[in-house]
Amino acid sequence: MKYVDEYRDPKLIAALAHEIARIADPARTYRIMEVCGGHTHAIYRYGLADVLPGNIEFVHGPGCPVCVLPTGRVDDGLAIAENAGVILACFGDMMRVPGTKGTPLERKARGADIRMVYSPLDALRLAKENPQKHVCFFAIGFETTAPSTALTLLQAKADNVRNFSVFCNHVVVVPPMRAIVDAPEMQIDAFIGPGHVSTVIGVKPYAFIAEEYGKPVVVSGFEPLDLMESVLMVLRQLAAGEAKVENQYRRFVSDDGNAAALRAMEATMQLRPHFEWRGLGSIPYSALGIKPEYAAWDAEVQFEVPGVRVTDPRSAQCGDVLKGVLRPPQCALFGSVCTPEHPVGALMVSSEGACAAHYKYAPA
Amino acid sequence: MCLAIPAQIVEFPNGDRTVAVAEVAGVRRRVNVDLLRDGELASGDWVLLHVGFAMSRISEEQAREQMEILQMLGEAEQAVDEVRGYGLAETRP
Repeated sequence: MKYVDEYRDPKLIAALAHEIARIADPARTYRIMEVCGGHTHAIYRYGLADVLPGNIEFVHGPGCPVCVLPTGRVDDGLAIAENAGVILACFGDMMRVPGTKGTPLERKARGADIRMVYSPLDALRLAKENPQKHVCFFAIGFETTAPSTALTLLQAKADNVRNFSVFCNHVVVVPPMRAIVDAPEMQIDAFIGPGHVSTVIGVKPYAFIAEEYGKPVVVSGFEPLDLMESVLMVLRQLAAGEAKVENQYRRFVSDDGNAAALRAMEATMQLRPHFEWRGLGSIPYSALGIKPEYAAWDAEVQFEVPGVRVTDPRSAQCGDVLKGVLRPPQCALFGSVCTPEHPVGALMVSSEGACAAHYKYAPA
Repeated sequence: MCLAIPAQIVEFPNGDRTVAVAEVAGVRRRVNVDLLRDGELASGDWVLLHVGFAMSRISEEQAREQMEILQMLGEAEQAVDEVRGYGLAETRP
């Protein structure tokens, strides 16, 4: 309960916790997966697991883009950076993600021209400012960042910038949710749906989880009050024997999402038949590649990319943590060999990764 | 990267509605507002930014709420650093 003092509405939180405890069935357990890494961070930061009854467990989902990117793709991006005259532009989150031969930051220290950018448009500007170089943008993220990459591709084409490309690693959120409900070892009772991804895709794409699998989905905000209310909405559905998609984050998320963002993605990107996820393996139609019309800006067309599949170090159990089979401290490396200062696995890198959040906030 | 940053639209330097100068905690930078073209975006409006792109229009109260969330999560400073664009952002109108 150590963070309760910091809640903006401690009385409301207590009231919600009381109501959750009242309707929770003590004879069963509840495994609720929060899909989004931002939610994972918030749940740890607010210590929400401590406020809930012991039979309600948050299972941390795959919604942290750097965490789900397999080592092979990190290596592929770094291989592009080895080409003469290439500047590789990465988001800050990528800089410390380990590849087989070091992180982007370490490779930069060894001479590769790797720069941190805030926006894909900064990478495009870098290309315009360095006409003698080629700038490759290492694109990662779910549907929150994919529209930005899409608009940047449209801009690159409109401005005819020929020394710019995108190494596209964008993923979509719904297929891994299906993979998780399909996996026999995953016993998830309900989902807390991502907040900001849903501002782009809306809430309708989650309908199949309720309709086909009979599991509730509640799209949630990031405040402690939001998350507690979402848990209560999940429990109310389960108590009533219902399964539907509800939108707790209505003040930010519309049912239909952002049509202009979806149009930009549709114009420039297409679903890949397969994409490898760390921990979840290959998931069909779960990632976006660049359409042939934009091949001139597709780094995987413009450069030789090794495309080697790299298995995670056997000792690091990132995959099992990502799937919610193991809790972060149950990994043999957690907190000893693998720490936020020296991450072995990607889940220890980003503040949205379950291991980094557990390390920082959970009581030892 | 995934958490949205609230920003206030200051002006439209190009005269069109695709690029705006926006302000976050006193820091100004150009942002792309093309995705909100269909709505009537005006100076003084608040938006949620994702990696330099405005993704949705929000109220001032929602902007305050979002900034508080970033502060509670200890990410407000990083958000402002991001908006500074790691030195690449063009802040002049």
